[in-house]
Amino acid sequence: MKFGLLINEGPYNHQAADTAYQFARAALARGHQIQRVFFYNDGVNNASKLTEPPQDDRHIVNRWSKLAQENGVDLVVCVAAGLRRGLVEDNLAPGFRISGLGQLVESGVEADRLVVFGD
Amino acid sequence: MTETRDQIAEQAGGGVHKKFMFVNRKAPYGTIYALEGLEVVLISAAFDQDVSLAFLDDGVYQLVKGQQTKALEVKNFSPTYRALEGYDVEKLYVERESLEARGIREDQLLVPVQVVGAEEMAQLMDQQDVIIGF
Amino acid sequence: MLHIVNKSPYERNSVASCLAHARKGGAVLLIEDAVYAATRGNVADGAIRKALQELPVYALGPDLEARGMQANVIEGVQVVDFGGFVDLVAEHRTSQSWL
Repeated sequence: MKFGLLINEGPYNHQAADTAYQFARAALARGHQIQRVFFYNDGVNNASKLTEPPQDDRHIVNRWSKLAQENGVDLVVCVAAGLRRGLVEDNLAPGFRISGLGQLVESGVEADRLVVFGD
Repeated sequence: MTETRDQIAEQAGGGVHKKFMFVNRKAPYGTIYALEGLEVVLISAAFDQDVSLAFLDDGVYQLVKGQQTKALEVKNFSPTYRALEGYDVEKLYVERESLEARGIREDQLLVPVQVVGAEEMAQLMDQQDVIIGF
Repeated sequence: MLHIVNKSPYERNSVASCLAHARKGGAVLLIEDAVYAATRGNVADGAIRKALQELPVYALGPDLEARGMQANVIEGVQVVDFGGFVDLVAEHRTSQSWL
């Protein structure tokens, strides 16, 4: 089955990014495909290459980059939400791409299931 | 970088026609969800899907007439609800219990809506293929 | 439909609102802070027990454990892990997140 994920909150402030990541890992382990992970609202902050969390805790941004690198997961940051919050190509972490809201709607159309993670 | 409606419509389609419902449960201005939620709705109009909007809990406050944001110096985005019709998004469902709990009458809303009870709202939700709430 | 709730019943009305709209044939999954709604004696205890008469209610185990609540779960609420979460999403045609 193909899953689309929508993440509306940034890393650390809310649990959304963690829950979504664990969900994605479990889905892949069960042989499902992640059609796309779309980052909207403050979720765009999951894509910042500037984060430096403490070493003894999880590195949320790097985890997403690794998921993209190892499993080919499509990580899309909404261009408008990104611009609003200062998330642009220059500070985009590896594995993420910036695109329009149409990619979210497309995910709803093409994936078998769309799951929303937010505040 | 920002796709036009035509570019999106080109990418879209492929014959899949799903029922999309956008669920609004939060008040306007206190958080961004009402505004950024609307932006998704507008984009979805280009994908030729069956789009409807649900307003319940504090989401009903998004539709109240007379929003004046000058003193707050934030954008008044409430006119966008009136623009939805032009995008062929015409199914706006507002929950009766949520209105009544907040002392809001239908004539205080800025667009024509269909007021439904919670039971009917639940049925409408069950009919959807994709539900996006913020 | 799979109804997913993530906020504590003391913080928001999401648990209550969800339960007012979840119909027979669907299921409710409590995650993140909403797992408190699955614990004995909480404000949503009665509503959860009532919902259990109509449809299954699940709580995410890792969230219960993180909060030290794993021994307090209301009878009838089924604890699942992330794999179970995935299975529930796959099983139901649509999911709705009550944020």
